[in-house]
Parts: sequence; structure tokens; C-alpha cells
Amino acid sequence: MAGAVEIALRGRCDAGGKALVPYVTGGLGDDWTDTVRAVADAGADAVEIGIPFSDPVMDGPTIQAANDRALASGATPMSILDQVDGLDAGVPLVVMTYYNIAFRAGLERFAAALVDAGVSGCILPDLPLEETGPWVAAADEAGIETILLAAPTASDERLSRVCARSRGFVYGVGLLGVTGVRAELATGASVIATRLKQLTDLPVLVGVGVGTPGQAVEASAAGDGVVVGSAVVQGMLDGAGPTGVGDLVAQFRAAMDAA
Amino acid sequence: MGLRDPTPEGRFGDFGGRYIPETLVPACEELEEAFREAWADQGFRQRLDGLLADYAGRPSPMTECENLSTELGCRLLLKREDLNHTGSHKINNVLGQALLAQRMGKTRLVAETGAGQHGVATATAAALLGMECCVYMGEVDIVRQELNVFRMKLLGAEVKTAMSGSRTLKDAINEAMRDWVATVEGSHYCLGSVMGPHPYPWMVRRFHEILGSEAREQSEAILGVAPDVVTACVGGGSNAIGIFSGFVDADTELVGVEPAGGAAVGRGIPGVVHGSQSYLMQDEFGQVLEAESISAGLDYPGVGPEHSHLAATGRARYESVTDAEVVEAFQLLSRTEGIIPALEPAHALAWVSRDRASLEGRSVVLNLSGRGDKDVAQMMDILNGEILDGEECS
Ligand SMILES: Cc1ncc(COP(=O)(O)O)c(C=O)c1O
Repeated sequence: MAGAVEIALRGRCDAGGKALVPYVTGGLGDDWTDTVRAVADAGADAVEIGIPFSDPVMDGPTIQAANDRALASGATPMSILDQVDGLDAGVPLVVMTYYNIAFRAGLERFAAALVDAGVSGCILPDLPLEETGPWVAAADEAGIETILLAAPTASDERLSRVCARSRGFVYGVGLLGVTGVRAELATGASVIATRLKQLTDLPVLVGVGVGTPGQAVEASAAGDGVVVGSAVVQGMLDGAGPTGVGDLVAQFRAAMDAA
Repeated sequence: MGLRDPTPEGRFGDFGGRYIPETLVPACEELEEAFREAWADQGFRQRLDGLLADYAGRPSPMTECENLSTELGCRLLLKREDLNHTGSHKINNVLGQALLAQRMGKTRLVAETGAGQHGVATATAAALLGMECCVYMGEVDIVRQELNVFRMKLLGAEVKTAMSGSRTLKDAINEAMRDWVATVEGSHYCLGSVMGPHPYPWMVRRFHEILGSEAREQSEAILGVAPDVVTACVGGGSNAIGIFSGFVDADTELVGVEPAGGAAVGRGIPGVVHGSQSYLMQDEFGQVLEAESISAGLDYPGVGPEHSHLAATGRARYESVTDAEVVEAFQLLSRTEGIIPALEPAHALAWVSRDRASLEGRSVVLNLSGRGDKDVAQMMDILNGEILDGEECS
């Protein structure tokens, strides 16, 4: 049975569009929940909310800086989820964090906390396929969609196992490297999208290194859409505020709709 | 029988595993396979043994400390890893991994370093084998281990400053992993301790087992039997697991010594960071805490998974000592035996010295994992006024 994330993304794709999932760092500034709403209003199909972790090995300088700032201001996983509860963004919400945050809380307890806060999906970038067992057991039971990352270094055989275990969508990693905006889109972005589309019926979104509306158009050509992280978070760090970040996401939406 | 192999998933009991981004999984699988093949290949083993002997100077001696034994009331033997080329046990692992990387067709080594000993060892192996080398080091450690930074550069390595978080070993590992995520096709991550994702904790331990088997033979030759106690300092735990491996099947007490400000086992809370599940210093929400230790090599909030397993099963126990006790021990060994230890193994000695009453009349083998050259500048600052203002000659 499809969950809220999958339904929302399929809805966009079935209508002939491409899905857009921006990433917002939870706990970054006093108005970050307004930013989530603004991003949703600007045409996001789902919003990723980052729960900061002290040691984010998959993240580049922008998201690291956002993490550090949020943590320094006292944000905790529970304070962020409390604020998500009742946020009423109108689109499904996906939490992205690192495994130790869930592990320390207790996997069942963490999955239940996500459900209580109204979150539909979860991404744990340091939890590869072989280690997903205990977490997906808890997440499946609670009805949380666990979105897995699919890497360019994996064989087709591995990618198809990743796709089979992923829920919501499949997150294709667009390049060899960590999150961050690059001047140009890596060629790996279309390659991974094309490979994944041959292996799964789930929506295929490409993320990591998708930083401009033009890159989003290019990266979603072969697949079903994009995840945009560092570009959005940079806007938050620069003080663009909910309106400014909403405008930025609207530019992504417009470019993708026009393509 | 030595220590057991982990499960196919890389587990030592509940600990270990492979918690890394998907991007790195194929590289870890490839590394595991390459290591299994190489380890079973006589040619590889001979090449490694040859380098360990003729380049690194193995076997390292075992020294009985007559003066200090009298002072402490136990029979103290030191395994002299400080006498290896590059000044610590780290070279055992690095020569193994560098040869393996070369065999896998990799041309670049990426490493993290705390005290700089692993970085120096990696830069050394890269120079020897004609490989590129990039070492990440926290900004705090770059200041307190300045001499090793210069050494690495002299050896041709690039030293990159880790500016995030606590700017020590933990953050250098984060940066090295980020580098590896981007360069995995041509680079090998030469991890410096028995931590990280499978196969590292197991592979690095195997490369250090040589020091344990030497120590077993040497101590039995001196004592006639296995020692009562074997002790070593524990950062990630590579020198400790190396020496423990030689004595697990003996009736010998195994004691790891952590810094009080980095006592991952001591606090006993399991967590997941840097690729494996193990005891981890963290807050109630799972944020990793910053360790605080006088010794850059032990300034780490985690510990290798096999140590967590040895602690959980009771085969080894873990003590902790304060910076002040370490400063005392550093001077004690220098003064009584004419051996200036690195600050890391001074932790093990600090425990022996503090617990001398319980060790009375017993035999103790201590892994002297490194020499103190790298630490003398730091100690000069700390001890200034105590030693340097000494009496004037008349
Ligand atoms: C001399 C020495 N001993 C010990 C260590 C700590 O590492 P491990 O716990 O892996 O032996 C270091 C690390 O830099 C070191 O330089």
C-alpha cells in the first residue's frame, strides 16, 4: 500500500510534471517552520526536514554550517518534532537525519515520534541496505516510509535490491560526493536516474549536487524529479527568510514546469 | 587461539557492522574481498613481513623495567613499539593497508590523524610505495602536534585542516570519509585504528596481531609463563587489540586504559558513528560529545567495536586516568628508565602507577605504543616552571 509520500509524488508525475522535494534544516532560526510552509506553498510536492546530527558525513559545508547553527541554538530532535507537530504544511513531510539519532531514541520510539509529529517518511543516509533491518521493521510497523539512497557506485543487482526495499521514492545520488551546490550538474545525475528508472516503478528523484533551477530541469529529465538541499539551506543561512526561500523554490517549480 | 573473526556482517557480538553511505558500500565490499585474498596469499604475506622486518625494524624488543618495577612493586615489562620506524605501532597497519591498496590498483591514500603518528606512518608508506597521500587533521591537533605536521609534509603528503566540530580526531575522520565518498574510485581510505565500517576493525586488528604474538613469546621467555596482566592505552584501540590478541587464550587479565575525558567504554552507552556500532560518548539525543584529553591520539569519543565486545563479555576491562595522572606517568618513565613515552601509552602507565597496590607482586606487560618525541614541546609548556627552573649549577 502506497504511503503519503509516494502518493503525492506519483500525483505530480501522473499529471505530467516533475516532483520537487526541497530540504529545510530543522531548528535553523526561529522561523524555520514558516519556511517549511512557504516552501510547500511555492510548489514543493513534499518537504524534507533535516534533524541536525553532530557528525554528518554525507553533508558538505553548507548543511554542516546549518547543523552547527541549529545545534548551537539548542535544537534537539524532540524540539524539532514538537514544532513539526501541527505545522500543517499541506504536503507530506520527510525527516532526514543520521542513524544514531534514531538508535539513541530507540527505533520504535523514534518511529512513533515521527508518526505523532505527522511525518510520513524518513531518510537515514548512513544506513545502507544491509543494516536497514531493525529500522525498517520499526518504521514499517509504524507506517513510516523509509526512503533509501541509491548510489552511482552500486551494481544494477544492488540497485534493484535497494529499489525493492525503498518506500516513498528512490533517492538517486547524483554524484560521487557529499551534499553541496556545484557550478555544473554532474553527468552522473542522468546516469543514475536512467539506471534506476529501468529497475523500479517507484518515483525516482535525484539529489546531491542539484543546486539551480537549470540543474533541476536537467536532472529530472531522465527521472521523476529532484531533491534540492544545499541551495535552499544556503538561502536560510543567508537570512532570506521564509519569503525569500519560498521565492527560490518557486523558481525551481517554474523552471521544472516550463521544461 | 586468538581473537575470533567477526560475523560475515562484520559483527563482534552486538557491535561493529557497516554504517556508511551507500556510495561507500561497494568499496568496503571490494576491500574485504581483496584483504581476504591477500591475507591468504603467501606472496603478499612475505612482502609485508619483509617490510615489517627490514624497513620498520620488527620484531620490536621487550624491555624489563628493573628500576620502575622496584618503585611500583610489580614486575613491569614494556613492549617497545616506540622503537619502530616512525615511532609507534601505527606502521604495522599502514604497511599492510598500503600494500593492499597498491594491489587493488589504488594510487592515493587518504587518512585521518590525531597525534599525527598515523598520518606520519601513512605518509611514510606512500613515499615508499610511490603513492599520493592526503592526511586530514583537526585544527587543534595541528597546533599541538606541529612537528608531525612538518614531518608529513617533508614526506610529501598533503595535510588538510579539519575545521568542523571539535577540530580534533573525530572531525578529521568526518573529513576523510567525505573525501573518500568523492574519490572512492582511485583512493583507498587508510583508517588508523580498529574502528570504522567492516572490514576495517577486523583488518586493522589482523595487521597488528604481530605485536601481540611477539609480546607473548617474549614475555614467556622472560617470565617463564604468560604475564598476569597486559595493559595498553585505548583511543580507537588498535595498539590495545594488537597486544590483547596475543594473550586472549592465556590466563591473563587484559586492561585497556582510556582518558577520563574520552572514556567511551567507561560510560557504556552504545551508539553508531563512523561506520560501526560501539560504545560512544553522546548526549541523551544521540549527538556525539567532544572528547577532552591531553593526548591528541586518544582524544576520541568512540572506541573500536571489538573492545566494546570484549568489555561486554568481560574478557577485558577498561579503566580511565586523568590528564594529571598522565603527566606524572610521562615523567616517571623518563626519570626511572630513560624512556620518554608518548602521552598515549603514558595513560597505561598512569593506571599501573595508580593501581600499584592491586598489582603488587604481579607481572605486567605494558604496550609502549609510541615514543614521546612528538610530545616534548607540549610537555615543555605544561611542565614549564616545574622542571626548567631547576637548580642552577654552582
Ligand atoms: C603512540 C600512540 N598510541 C596510541 C594511539 C591511539 O590509537 P589506538 O588506540 O588505535 O592504538 C596513538 C594515536 O595517535 C598513538 O600515536
